[in-house]
Amino acid sequence: MTQHTVASFDAELKELQRKIAEMGGIAEKMQSDVIDALMRQDIRLAQAVVAADPALDQLQREIEEKAILTIARRQPMAIDLRDVVATIRIANDLERVGDLVKNIAKRILALEGRFPPQSLLAGLNNMSVMALAQFKAVLDAYIQRDEHAALAVWERDGEIDHLYNSLFRELLTYMMEDPRNIGFCTHLLFSAKNIERIGDHATNVAETVYYLVTGHNLALERPKAEAADVTAPPQA
Amino acid sequence: MTVPALPEKITVRDLRFHYGASLALKGVSLPLHERRVTAFIGPSGCGKSTLLRVLNRMYDLYPGQRAEGEVLLDGHNILGRDVDVNLLRARVGMVFQKPTPFPMSIYDNIAFGVRLYEDLPRAEMDARVEAALRGAALWDEVKDKLGASGLSLSGGQQQRLCIARSVAVQPEVILLDEPCSALDPISTAKVEELIDELKERYTIAIVTHNMQQAARVSDFTAFMYLGELIEFGDTSTIFTAPRHKATQDYITGRFG
Repeated sequence: MTQHTVASFDAELKELQRKIAEMGGIAEKMQSDVIDALMRQDIRLAQAVVAADPALDQLQREIEEKAILTIARRQPMAIDLRDVVATIRIANDLERVGDLVKNIAKRILALEGRFPPQSLLAGLNNMSVMALAQFKAVLDAYIQRDEHAALAVWERDGEIDHLYNSLFRELLTYMMEDPRNIGFCTHLLFSAKNIERIGDHATNVAETVYYLVTGHNLALERPKAEAADVTAPPQA
Repeated sequence: MTVPALPEKITVRDLRFHYGASLALKGVSLPLHERRVTAFIGPSGCGKSTLLRVLNRMYDLYPGQRAEGEVLLDGHNILGRDVDVNLLRARVGMVFQKPTPFPMSIYDNIAFGVRLYEDLPRAEMDARVEAALRGAALWDEVKDKLGASGLSLSGGQQQRLCIARSVAVQPEVILLDEPCSALDPISTAKVEELIDELKERYTIAIVTHNMQQAARVSDFTAFMYLGELIEFGDTSTIFTAPRHKATQDYITGRFG
């Protein structure tokens, strides 16, 4: 894009974008670490994930402050206004993703070494891989300003919901089989829900990127998996 | 949010304007919707002030300037030779960039224009002056000194006096040519507040170099460049998601 007549305005926008990329990098690493920690039963890695979260909170605050200053100083219009608003929104989503990941890490610590069977973990792993792929794709879409890539992420979210529904049923079966499973199954269920919500945040970011690039909002209803029966969890 | 389209008070069709040999407007067409504010924006020399000056034939005062095309006011072309220009300017009032009070009392600044068109008894004239000053949100500040010179007022008050003067002859359209460029922020806010009130009764066109002001006060915005209309649309759209790159470059400060 053509440079602003006032060059420091460009520098401010670039700095905001750089900080979003930095947040994205941290949140992405936390996600891939937490699933490794779960699969490998790695307590130390889980602790490292918990310790990484404050950096995200800090960055989110910095972005918000800088964005507000930019609005006050520059009164951005059109693409610039959408750009600044997008950084505030995306920073919020990334900060929430960090909280959700941290919560999974805490649950790993709470399991205290009593780890569930690999077959259950595999389901969670699949969900997580998919959520992480969505997350990476939407960050790329933001950096590349690619509304088509953002739209693709937005349309794919239903697949994570599908996986979540089947994992939900599987966990329910385990809990009914043996009440001693209820403890770890509950932790897994919450973890799965957290991953599903990470997927939701990825679609939020996709909506923001789409608006940022095109100036138009996506439709209010995004694709969702059908709730097939009473054993399916309620859709948020 | 979209502003519902209203009847067109003024319709500009394929307007070309000549300053001697040079062409300042190259076939401009746009509507001014009734009781709505339309802002003309664009870099210096884009033709926005020229367009404003055509709407009440201010250019008639200068030899060598001529307009071609059509400007319909309530469906009648005002560019025709048979048009009574004085009557036109009573229907289409204008406020200029610098406040231009007459060197006479505040009262007479208002009454002067009215007397050109109407012969009112004193009581009615008093009422007209008061209504105009109230309409321009100036009454409370000057009601105790109507005999004082218009030139004794502050810049912001002078500008509102000029708006009162144009309101007093009960126009249908008010043209504002950068009405706030010489005013401080508080006076500017008062004039903007006034524009909001005036549009309940009048159709308003405003030329401004202040993007934020255009975004704040107008319902429709026309972006002009080098004598052409580049984009016309809802103000909310123009300032958040304009269609044309040139519009976007201009309002975001990326021009040239």
